[in-house]
Amino acid sequence: MTATVAAPAIRVQGLVKSYGDLRVLRGVDFDVARGSVFALLGSNGAGKTTVVRILSTLLRSDAGTATVDGFDVAARPGEVRESISLTGQFAAVDEILTGRENLVLVARLRHLPDPGVVADDLLERFRLTDAAERRVATYSGGMRRRLDIAMSLIGDPPVIFLDEPTTGLDPQARLDVWAGIRALAERGTTVLLTTQYLDEAEQLADRIAILHGGRIIADGTLAELKRLLPPATVEYVEKQPSLEDVFLAIVGTDPDSEPADVITLEEQR
Amino acid sequence: MSTHFVGDTTVLLGRSLRHITRSLDTVLTVAIMPIALMLLFVYVFGGAIDAGSERYVDYLLPGILLITIAMGISYAAFRLFTDLSSGIFERFQSMPIARSSVLWAHVLTSVVSNLISLAVVVAVALLMGFRSGAGVLAWLAVIGILALFTLALTWIAVIAGLTAKTVDGAGAFSYPIVFLPFVSSAFVPTEGMPGPVRAFAENQPVTSIVDTIRALLAGQPVSADIWTALAWCVGILVLAYALARGVYRRRAA
Repeated sequence: MTATVAAPAIRVQGLVKSYGDLRVLRGVDFDVARGSVFALLGSNGAGKTTVVRILSTLLRSDAGTATVDGFDVAARPGEVRESISLTGQFAAVDEILTGRENLVLVARLRHLPDPGVVADDLLERFRLTDAAERRVATYSGGMRRRLDIAMSLIGDPPVIFLDEPTTGLDPQARLDVWAGIRALAERGTTVLLTTQYLDEAEQLADRIAILHGGRIIADGTLAELKRLLPPATVEYVEKQPSLEDVFLAIVGTDPDSEPADVITLEEQR
Repeated sequence: MSTHFVGDTTVLLGRSLRHITRSLDTVLTVAIMPIALMLLFVYVFGGAIDAGSERYVDYLLPGILLITIAMGISYAAFRLFTDLSSGIFERFQSMPIARSSVLWAHVLTSVVSNLISLAVVVAVALLMGFRSGAGVLAWLAVIGILALFTLALTWIAVIAGLTAKTVDGAGAFSYPIVFLPFVSSAFVPTEGMPGPVRAFAENQPVTSIVDTIRALLAGQPVSADIWTALAWCVGILVLAYALARGVYRRRAA
């Protein structure tokens, strides 16, 4: 797995895909540098998931090439699957199994020597140890997504695809997922993240590409993208707390703590 | 790829067998309808049917077993459809595992769960007075034919599960299969049926399978029916398997 430093972890050139008459991708090009977090930004239906499905060997493109970790997705799908891990838009976990059984299952399918040890370690890292023996059907949305991401880390794949990892999550769970993604980046994993939330891309990504009308219409660092607009004008605005600030202040940032006493507006008067 | 086939299939089989053991009610639900039919035919209609055998339940049981399988395989389609719509199927597909092991795990699970349902139905039949003089070899032959029939029909269920748009659609394919035993020698001998119906009944797969199992359970020598029965089972199996693989490959187009 020691490819040359210069080679990008993901290289996409001229990718085209249609569903019948609907031309979803009309020539998509981008590179993702090794060990970086790359955000693919776009509105619903822009084709983000289609790109991820092609890169993860679930779908064949009509034209163009894509390589992941140096392997062509069409010609060498087996090697690509060894190199990647996919976390889909809807948490792909087994509801009937327990959290621990889900992790052991994936570890076995990745042919790792000590599935149980791998599972216990990830349960610890993702604060799921207490819920380990419970069926996933009883988990909250945030716990499911944490388990989902934990399952993607098994076997330390060098490239991870996260397709809208925070869609449908509450603010606290979203911050948890963000922390998980940052931890991945620190370990040198290449992350391709799709999102429709601009702040998410702003917070996490080293590089951002905007997919619109079947093409990449902008690709650069946040600073580069900001330079596309005319220089900011200075205005003085009173800084009001956002609803997110209020929510997090009241609820507390530690999800395991007891909720704060109920605050009603009557008490404040 | 094929080096992992057995290991991967075993791991995935373990997963879906856990689904079965954690929802044993589905295994029992599968058995309830055939048991109700058996009660109805033995205790209500049975007195009016002259099937030429000593106990009507002995005559009836093979057909009831086939109906049990026809009902049971719809759960295989249902489980496959659930995996597809939940996204866990795509997770498996994006992992370095033997490709076909995902389908084989579902198919083998269906065979196991159907054999459990069949055992429940046979147990009830024993309570109702069913007796068999068949030896170990004959019983093994019966189990083998039932397993082969389940295997063949489950591959049809796989096609339904892979192509269905809704949960209801995933199970609907099994209704005609459940109905087939009624137009066969399962409940009454075919001799009394009007010409065209009789022609259909005697030349569709269920009759040869029912007649073979009936002869085996009665400890009688099996006629050439067994070859017809095996030919039907293998034929359906090969055709359904080829179609299912085709559908499975086209999903990634």
